Amino acid sequence: MLFELRDVSLNRGGRTVLDSFSADLPAGATAIVGPSGAGKSTLLRLLNRLADPESGSIAFRDRPLAERDVRELRREVSLVPQLPALLEGTVRDNLAYAARLAGKPLDCERSLDLAGLDPEFAERRVDELSVGEQQRAMLGRALAQEPAVLLLDEPTSALDHASRDAVEAALMHLRRELEISLVLVSHDPEQALRLGEWVVRVDAGRAVAAGPAAEVLSDSGSAS
Amino acid sequence: MSTSIQVTPGEVAASLALVVLAAAISFWRKADLERDIGIATVRSFVQLTAIGYAIKLIFEADTLWLVFALLTVMVLFGALTARSRAKRVPGSFWPLLIALAVAGASTLGLVVALGVFEATARYLVPVGGMVIGNAMTASAVALNRLGDEMADSRARIEATLALGASAEEAAQPTVRRALRSGMITLVDSTKTTGLIFFPGTMVGMLLAGAEPTDAVRLQLILLYTLLGSVSIAALVATLLAYRNFFTAAEQLREPGA
Repeated sequence: MLFELRDVSLNRGGRTVLDSFSADLPAGATAIVGPSGAGKSTLLRLLNRLADPESGSIAFRDRPLAERDVRELRREVSLVPQLPALLEGTVRDNLAYAARLAGKPLDCERSLDLAGLDPEFAERRVDELSVGEQQRAMLGRALAQEPAVLLLDEPTSALDHASRDAVEAALMHLRRELEISLVLVSHDPEQALRLGEWVVRVDAGRAVAAGPAAEVLSDSGSAS
Repeated sequence: MSTSIQVTPGEVAASLALVVLAAAISFWRKADLERDIGIATVRSFVQLTAIGYAIKLIFEADTLWLVFALLTVMVLFGALTARSRAKRVPGSFWPLLIALAVAGASTLGLVVALGVFEATARYLVPVGGMVIGNAMTASAVALNRLGDEMADSRARIEATLALGASAEEAAQPTVRRALRSGMITLVDSTKTTGLIFFPGTMVGMLLAGAEPTDAVRLQLILLYTLLGSVSIAALVATLLAYRNFFTAAEQLREPGA
């Protein structure tokens, strides 16, 4: 099992965000679906330890997360946040920074290509990019670390249809050709069906359904 | 440099006319500062009179222990004052206290070791007061900026941590800007000194009848000493304080947590 979460609870500012959340996320592509405010983004943050739960346990490949070196974990399990937040400089600067942290050689063109961006973007300054381009540059930056797992928070939320299709094709390519596992948060059940092999439905901080994508999402039309 | 000057209480009282003018302007233009001007006038009178007598006693006793005690109290009050301007920095008191103590001790130690000043109360008290006061302002400005920048850069810092960067690496651009803003005021005023403003020590010595060249040389020594002390204070304060924004597991703390 890629991730096992057991009775994970977390409160923020007096509000329960996750409430005894339990679920298994297998290797492959898992989509986390549910209404906004359900705790989906928080869940991703727990998986690469940007936050820790107040109670409960999380294991990655059968080892508790807390036992792993946090920086190594984050290079192996890379989170791409919903809002792009690149460092100042060019796209290449950002990819080089990420590659250096992971101790990997930089193949800027390849990482950009995998993220659906032309090689010419390498020399562009990040403050000149559109939000959609920044989002893909964030994905390219994460890929420069050659992670085993990508945690993607609404990876296409800022994109038009054409760009969304390009990113989805890139993600499917990563999944199939490079065998990178994906855990993606999406508010869009159709996207979850296109990208996810496994789906976890979250509502009010709890996992209310989990299973193969076609099963969980075919129930969902009537259930929610 | 043994100049002396007599100032009578009547002359001080006469200068209150300008305070009345300030209050009148505030009242006339509804700036709502009359009360603060009143408090500032009374506090400056009481505090400076008290410290005047305290310094007189310390000069007469001329023991380094009393000097040390006075400077320690200044460092303590300086850290408390600076803390109120760094409200967004969690646990800012200790970084500020250590920053002021290190800046004061190292710069005073250095100027004494270099033979610039004698290790006597007559030099250490006024120079120490300036050093600690400027270090306080610089570290307060630096931590104020650090708090604002950390709040504004949360998304970027977290995204950098998410790549496996250490807290130090993720905070580095923010800490650099905070350090810069703590140092820049004095650097800029040092650049324009003599052109746009005359620093207080020089003015004081000229009024007291000293040779202009002596006044200038002493002022230069003080400006260079202050550059050292504000840099040390801003550096120590930012390097100690940024860590308080992170947990041991390299996570950014929730604001207000």
